[in-house]
Amino acid sequence: MINWKVILNIAKTHLMTKMKSTVTAALGVTFGIGAYITLVSFMTGLNEMLDSLILNQTPHIHLYNEIKPTEQQPISLYDEFKNSVHIVHSIKPKQSQKKIHNALPILNYLKNNKKVKGATPQLRTQIFYLSGSIELGGNLVGIDIMEETRISNMRDYIIGGSPEALKNAENGILLGSGLAAKMSLTVGDRVQISTVRGDVFPLKIVGIYQSGIADIDNIQSFANLKTVQRILGEAQNYITDINIKLFAIEKAPTIAQNLASQFKVTATDINQANAQFETGSNIRNLITYAVSITLLIVAGFGIYNILNMLIYEKMKDIAILKATGFSGRDVQLIFMSQAMIIGAIGGILGLIIGYGLSRLIDNVAFETEALPTITTYPISYNIAYYVIGITFALLSTFVAGWLPSNKAKRIDPVRIIRGT
Amino acid sequence: MKLVLETKNINKHFRKPNDFHVLKDISFRIKKGEFTSIMGKSGSGKSTLLYILSTMDTDYTGELYLNGQLVTGKPHEELSTIRNKHIGFVFQFHYLLSEFSVLENVMLPAKKLAEKSHVEIEYGAMEKLEMLHIGHLANQRASRISGGEKQRVAIARALINNPSILMCDEPTGNLDSHNSENVFNIFKRLKEEEGLSLLVVTHDEDFAKRTDRIIQMEDGRIIS
Ligand SMILES: Nc1ncnc2c1ncn2[C@@H]1O[C@H](COP(=O)(O)OP(=O)(O)O)[C@@H](O)[C@H]1O
Ligand SMILES: [Mg+2]
Repeated sequence: MINWKVILNIAKTHLMTKMKSTVTAALGVTFGIGAYITLVSFMTGLNEMLDSLILNQTPHIHLYNEIKPTEQQPISLYDEFKNSVHIVHSIKPKQSQKKIHNALPILNYLKNNKKVKGATPQLRTQIFYLSGSIELGGNLVGIDIMEETRISNMRDYIIGGSPEALKNAENGILLGSGLAAKMSLTVGDRVQISTVRGDVFPLKIVGIYQSGIADIDNIQSFANLKTVQRILGEAQNYITDINIKLFAIEKAPTIAQNLASQFKVTATDINQANAQFETGSNIRNLITYAVSITLLIVAGFGIYNILNMLIYEKMKDIAILKATGFSGRDVQLIFMSQAMIIGAIGGILGLIIGYGLSRLIDNVAFETEALPTITTYPISYNIAYYVIGITFALLSTFVAGWLPSNKAKRIDPVRIIRGT
Repeated sequence: MKLVLETKNINKHFRKPNDFHVLKDISFRIKKGEFTSIMGKSGSGKSTLLYILSTMDTDYTGELYLNGQLVTGKPHEELSTIRNKHIGFVFQFHYLLSEFSVLENVMLPAKKLAEKSHVEIEYGAMEKLEMLHIGHLANQRASRISGGEKQRVAIARALINNPSILMCDEPTGNLDSHNSENVFNIFKRLKEEEGLSLLVVTHDEDFAKRTDRIIQMEDGRIIS
């Protein structure tokens, strides 16, 4: 039977009479936890921001038709040469088209698939932008604009005009911001484009697209799928790319494989595309935890020292307590309680300070072209960090309190009372 | 008559720095309500014996009975409870918890025992303090009172759980004759009015002579 009331009362009295040490020890914990919360909120905020930047701009699965030589060349199909060395020079891809062979059935299939959040057809083609005497090479991407804005954050990157304007315009174009700057064009102006074959079309600028990546913004523009098909003189089923968003991103590799074999197209998934990306996140997490744990270890040593000193000073008290019927475990609990009280108070204070600092950072202005929707530094508020933080605090004070309190538990009262 | 304390062939050695047979075949009995004193030269083993009898020291051979029950060999937790409930102990140096008030010092063992409510414990503690004529000090810090007063607070603390026996190691050793007399009278009254059993180590011949019985020790043996 542990008599918590008495134990906590004694612990409290010890802490109160040693206010300075108590405060110092608690502040150590506060510092560690505060730093952890701030760091982890900020780093995770950054990670999530970068993640969403990549994830939203990159389809989970990208289907297209890669032009490459047939893997099974005629010579390897011929049995007579099976055991011979094949020497055929200058193998070329079979005359082929960039078009995905049966794009419409694939799209249909995907739209009825429960794992797929959305699939958008694209038609990418090379064009020239003509403006007066200027002729700039670039791309035009035909898209289903409303479907694109539904499954990606494309809307955020349209800095003038709107997706709806493109949808409603027969010959509209969302001009890349770099192109617009080079050609001194703005929304409402007209731009002439020429296909590779030399046909010229006038298009009306209904919006400016800015991804923040200069290499893209200097060459790429968007128009409605139908518009591009018409410009190229192709049928409605002429589609070069299909972008797929899934409900569960983890399934991307398997689904990509299935699609590739089922429809004989090339399918890349986001994990292939962004393998390096994980590394950045992991390193940021590593830094956060390394710094926080270091601070907590320092705080833990502080608590360890203070408790050790306290126990040394309180030898006589411990002897009296034991002589009057407190057990070794009671004595240990008295000192463990002190450690845990320091940990709890310091930890909670640390959570509050961490939250305060996070709010502060959250309000600091941070603007970048690449992230049109971001105006302040990103902070991730997640209750889990606060739970981890307080657990950290209690755990480290528990470890720091264990050794000294265990020593107190084993103090032999007879030796103290004898005075040797 | 009932025995409150009995020892059978208690022997103890100190092994460090070298083997030293400090207690030799200690066997004696104390009856309920008896006021016994232990005398002997310095170094004869009186304190060592008292620490064994109070169950704080368990490193000995032989048997120790309290209220007819064998306590030798019981686990530490249980011994703590026995000390708490059945044994009052007063040291030569009236150790009190200096950060607590006089009243809290007295109440602490009863709070640990937790058999009574806080109010009852406080009432009992005040009663003990008043019996020892130090009721007015109840709310003083324990570090702020005189030596004689501290010793009486220590006695009040030892009595708070109404123990079977009160053990004292030279309780008057640090007190002047007036305060010594005072302490003796308190003990006498406790024995007569409450039937308390007492075992008091003392150097004071006058003190010892007025007790029921004197145990003489020499070189770790009881000689009479
Ligand atoms: N921890 C110890 N280690 C070795 N010898 C000790 C220890 N404690 C006490 N002694 C010795 O045991 C003897 C008895 O001590 P003690 O019981 O304190 O005597 P008394 O109380 O009768 O003066 C003394 O000679 C003392 O030096
Ligand atoms: Mg002694």
